[in-house]
Amino acid sequence: MGNPIKNASVVNLDTRRMTAFPTSTTTQPLNAQEEMVGPQGRKPGKILSRRNIFIYGTLTLVALYYLLPLYVMVVTSLKGMPEIRLGNIFSPPLEVTFQPWVKAWSEACTGLNCDGLSRGFWNSVKILIPSVILSISIASVNGYALANWRFKGAETFFTILIVGAFIPYQVMIYPIVIMLREVGLYGSLTGLVLVHSVFGMPILTLLFRNYFSSVPQELFKAARVDGAGFWAIYFRIMVPMSLPIFVVAMILQVTGIWNDFLFGVIYTKPDLYPMTVQLNNIVNSTQGVKEYNVNMAATILTGLVPLTIYFISGKLFVRGIAAGAVKG
Amino acid sequence: MEPSISINQLSLNFGALNVLRDLNLEVGQGEFLVLLGSSGCGKSTLLNCIAGLLDISGGQIFIGGRNVTWEEPSKRGIGMVFQSYALYPQMTVAGNLSFGLKNAGLPKDEIKARVDRTAKVLQIEPLLDRKPAALSGGQRQRAAIGRALVRDADVFLFDEPLSNLDAKLRADLRVEIKQLHQKLKNTMIYVTHDQIEAMTLADRIAIMRGGNILQLASPHEIYNRPANKYVAKFIGSPSMNFFDGQVGGGDSLHFSNNDLSLPLTGYDFVDPAAPYGNAYLGVRPEHVMTGPEASQAPVQIEAEIELVEPLGSDTFARVLAREMVLWVRLDGQATPHPGDQILLGIDPSRVHLFDKTTEERL
Repeated sequence: MGNPIKNASVVNLDTRRMTAFPTSTTTQPLNAQEEMVGPQGRKPGKILSRRNIFIYGTLTLVALYYLLPLYVMVVTSLKGMPEIRLGNIFSPPLEVTFQPWVKAWSEACTGLNCDGLSRGFWNSVKILIPSVILSISIASVNGYALANWRFKGAETFFTILIVGAFIPYQVMIYPIVIMLREVGLYGSLTGLVLVHSVFGMPILTLLFRNYFSSVPQELFKAARVDGAGFWAIYFRIMVPMSLPIFVVAMILQVTGIWNDFLFGVIYTKPDLYPMTVQLNNIVNSTQGVKEYNVNMAATILTGLVPLTIYFISGKLFVRGIAAGAVKG
Repeated sequence: MEPSISINQLSLNFGALNVLRDLNLEVGQGEFLVLLGSSGCGKSTLLNCIAGLLDISGGQIFIGGRNVTWEEPSKRGIGMVFQSYALYPQMTVAGNLSFGLKNAGLPKDEIKARVDRTAKVLQIEPLLDRKPAALSGGQRQRAAIGRALVRDADVFLFDEPLSNLDAKLRADLRVEIKQLHQKLKNTMIYVTHDQIEAMTLADRIAIMRGGNILQLASPHEIYNRPANKYVAKFIGSPSMNFFDGQVGGGDSLHFSNNDLSLPLTGYDFVDPAAPYGNAYLGVRPEHVMTGPEASQAPVQIEAEIELVEPLGSDTFARVLAREMVLWVRLDGQATPHPGDQILLGIDPSRVHLFDKTTEERL
């Protein structure tokens, strides 16, 4: 008969070898928790890993690089001219003054008018609002008709529209001048509004068509069975479902039209110049001293509208772009 | 009685492609017709043509005795249920139900009465104020059915209404649709690719393939007397076993090939005059006899089990009999193992014969 005690110690030795603790002197049987050896549970992560330092470092650097001009603009606009002449463009203002802002808004001279940027601002607003509304309403109906009512020649129509987007503006400038002159709209805000609406049409129609194509066809069929016609389906079904894409279109149009310089300077006259044109005239005026602080303030003022729009609707913008991109 | 829906010489082309060609179909008053086929067979296309959602290229469509060929979908007296529910996402369930009625210009109290009545029938009253996003799949489909019901249409069209639901819910709603039909007694046309839905719901099934109706008959007849090999293979799960061979043998007709010789006494020929020639023999797994029954069958074969699929209620087994591979149904409580030998029996009155070239039933 074998010795039971000796046998037991052999078993213990084996267990210890299996658990990879050969130096362990314990003779107690290992409990379940100790038997789980090696990596277990959640993988530990280092916050300051090399990867994180690289990613966040790069991002911070790039962000600073992009924000630097804005910083310079803001601090310069808050300084007086004597301080600017010292030449330290990165130093914060010693004496904060809002006078340049006031001057840029209501006193700066362009040509004979000395009422500042405010005139240009209101001109731009008068151009922007009707242009945005007109172009988006027409383009959304276009896109809806192209996506859901496959009429004869729809493909051809769409192709022509897209090709139109690739023709350089320069080619069309003079013909449009003549056309506007002939209908008596040259030099008026109405003419400019029409021009903006027409030039926004290809990209907006494409945007809306792609978005409406991604709306399930069965929804459209269900509405037809329910007796809704072209306009009822558009207003009652499609539009309420499409807020994100309307926001995207609005952002595109607001920034595009607000930032436009070329059409503004060509199709209007000095009294009706949009803000961008007026900004250029203030900044590039050759008479007198260059007032950098006023120029900076005027530039920030002009950029404020698109900036506000981005801040308000940034989230919807991303969602809308993604939604339109799913199916094309 | 006048048919509820009648389709004459219907054809539909997309450019040069003929999707439906000279299709004729009559659906009786209060009938439940199922259009069954694999995807791309034209069943949904046919339904869309009946609904008026696709412009047809030729032929006529009558609904309730009225020629609706050129009518708008909303003027055809139909209600339709879609696979993806197609509920208007920005409206509540009540809004979804009343949308069509508002478009039809019904007075407000009439709309309310109808919506309430429909909600009661479908037991969706607590859901009326919810938006579709806040509903489960089954509730959504119930709301979609409600939208069709509320129109008080003579004809309901269902386009694969249960395909997006999970198996359990599908079975529940299938029963509800059947109950609904028994209660309302409207004409219903139901498109599906699911043979169980087709068999359980239909008064008649139309099996479609390539834009043609291959067989239009009751579920019983489709199962017991499939008109051709495609129908025979399509209906039944696991599908029918087929064997190549010849029909011949003078006075006592036999089906025979290298492995098998089967007397055809008791087989009901479509045309008893000309059954000779190359043919397929089909036999359903559930009609292959096993166990004690098999030893009394007119034809007996020894077979070896290759593979077993236990389902609880039944056990299906793939067996090798001489050179032939076939599926058979065994008792659910049987526990066969691969390699076991079993005896199979075939009853000639429960087999199906199809011509080798035309694949039509003999």
